[in-house]
Amino acid sequence: MRGPARLLLVLAALASARGASAADPVSDGVVKIGVLTDMTGFYSDLAGPGSVLAVRMAVADFGGKVLGKPIEVVSADHQNKPDIASNTARKWFDEEKVDAVVDLVNSGTALAVMPVAAEKKRITILSGPATTAITGEKCTAYNVHYTYNNWALANGTGREVVKHGGDTWFFITADYVFGKSLEADTAKVVTESGGKVLGHALHPQSSTDFSSYLLQAQASGAKVIGMANAGADTINTIKQAKEFGVTPKQTLAGLLVFISDVHSLGLDTAKNLYLTTAFYWDLDDATRAWSKKFQSHPDNAKKAMPTMVQAGLYSATTQYLKAIQAAGTDASDAVIAKMKATPVNDFFGKGTIGPDGLFRHDMFLAQVKTPQESKYPWDYYKIVKRIPAAEAFPSVEAQACPLVKK
Amino acid sequence: MTHALFGQLLVGLINGSFYALLSLGLAIIFGLLNVVNFAHGALYMMGAFAAWMLATYLGVGYWWALLVAPAAVGVVGVAAERLMLRRLYGLDNLYGLLLTFGLALVAEGLFHHAYGNSGFSYPVPEALQGGVNLGFMFLPIYRGWVVVVSIFVCTTAWFVIERTKLGAYLRAGTENPRLLQAFGVNVPLMFTITYGFGVALAAFAGVMAAPVYQVTPLMGSSLVIVVFAVVVIGGMGSIAGSILTGLGVGLIEGLTKFLYPEASSVVVFVLMAIVLLVRPAGLFGRTR
Repeated sequence: MRGPARLLLVLAALASARGASAADPVSDGVVKIGVLTDMTGFYSDLAGPGSVLAVRMAVADFGGKVLGKPIEVVSADHQNKPDIASNTARKWFDEEKVDAVVDLVNSGTALAVMPVAAEKKRITILSGPATTAITGEKCTAYNVHYTYNNWALANGTGREVVKHGGDTWFFITADYVFGKSLEADTAKVVTESGGKVLGHALHPQSSTDFSSYLLQAQASGAKVIGMANAGADTINTIKQAKEFGVTPKQTLAGLLVFISDVHSLGLDTAKNLYLTTAFYWDLDDATRAWSKKFQSHPDNAKKAMPTMVQAGLYSATTQYLKAIQAAGTDASDAVIAKMKATPVNDFFGKGTIGPDGLFRHDMFLAQVKTPQESKYPWDYYKIVKRIPAAEAFPSVEAQACPLVKK
Repeated sequence: MTHALFGQLLVGLINGSFYALLSLGLAIIFGLLNVVNFAHGALYMMGAFAAWMLATYLGVGYWWALLVAPAAVGVVGVAAERLMLRRLYGLDNLYGLLLTFGLALVAEGLFHHAYGNSGFSYPVPEALQGGVNLGFMFLPIYRGWVVVVSIFVCTTAWFVIERTKLGAYLRAGTENPRLLQAFGVNVPLMFTITYGFGVALAAFAGVMAAPVYQVTPLMGSSLVIVVFAVVVIGGMGSIAGSILTGLGVGLIEGLTKFLYPEASSVVVFVLMAIVLLVRPAGLFGRTR
């Protein structure tokens, strides 16, 4: 065969191959979900292996297949480092055909991966991170922010505590994007509700000794000490506040506290703490049923109850797979449009995903029980108030996201 | 204003007590064995975990844990010295550093695998609960206890090494092990015991820390870096230097938290850099 004819033949073959793949509703013949989370660091109990398990459970409960094609789950440890997170995501998109990256606990890693995903037209579904910038000025068209954000946490705890007389605040804040954003959001709510912010102390992420920050908080004379930190930092703050006699004279307000934190602190130390949560396992029959299944799963080595991050991730993954089913394709544009058009209604929550990507659902203000009030294992929270979705989250119009038409 | 200053200085002294306990162990191990023991943070963590395990699985309280946990972790240290560390004595001390660093990662990984990351609360012993109002701050009794015990343990260790016959053997062993062996002293056994003692000190600090900090697999990993800076400032291998520097660094940190809190986590390293420029052997060190 002569040169030009051979070239033509090759081109024709290529064209037909391309045509075949374009006709295939599922790219590469598989839907691949990448769980990118903190597997070993300070957030690994509230997300980590439990997040991977939640996604695997969602896939298994969905039947392991969508549109007749298998669903695969891969996972990696981002070590709380934005550069590792974005490099892993890039590799997943370019070489491993990952369709969606989920969890991304730690706001720094989420903000690093979102633009990469948007550039490659792949989906991000966030459960662990909290900064409001995710669906605000840094929003992307291929992102869903599912479980909570700083605005919801700040409003839940901030507004209610001020209402109950806690009108002067001092913040102990983790010195990175999440902590500062959480403090700013809460300070705004406190001031708007008629309270006053007296000062703050910044601490490096994953500190061990909080006594000097607590002394500053004590000296400020504020009625409420807002803890704008998470994970082990919050745990150590609460523990040492009790030791230094800060509580019960001053009240602690946990802005981001997980059931895993309360479990490891013990009720005697954590009792009476106010916190805002998106999910509690012992809320109703549906939450109990799912949570007990999660707890007794053979892969759940520590037999821990799910945190809101993990429960949210199960629900979000299910919504994602349902959207693929309904759209008849795993092409990102169609799937994300379907997700935003379909109301969510499951054990985790009822609500809608807005054009900014934020899932608006009811939140709960809870108070940690005393050891006497707790009747059985993991009986930790009293639900003080159900905060309706419209109050719990910022309205679409209030978001600084450029995707929102004003 | 002065209240806040005194408060921060006292808190600094408390932190300094932990630094002193840990850097003392490091200094003893380096001074006598010439090993840079990077596993120190992990051993401190194991001490805290041992206390928690004793309480949780066996119902053994704090006071016994103060004795049992360091002994148990000390035995682990002795085993590590006999089986591994011993083979590296003739080599550059970089090898010892790498081995102990690796062991630290393995230990932290194992505890992380078994217990996760949030860790556990260890209660303050009943006799030491509560606190006293000093006027400028509320001092938890337990923290006061930490300062007293730390100063007592450090002074005793210093006295034994610098002022007794046993200490003289130990120091002679560092200077010239062969000569000492010729006098009939079992030098390898002495080295094993010394490492075990240094390890036990780290575990002891861990038990002391358990009621104050959350007991987690990573509790030692950030601390060990600061403690190394302390040892370098004090002069590698200087016993008294490491104790005084430990307390001093705590105070300086406290002062920084009062004057310019943002610098408090780096002030130790700035200090270290300055000391190395001016006195490369450290404040109390002798050039060998």
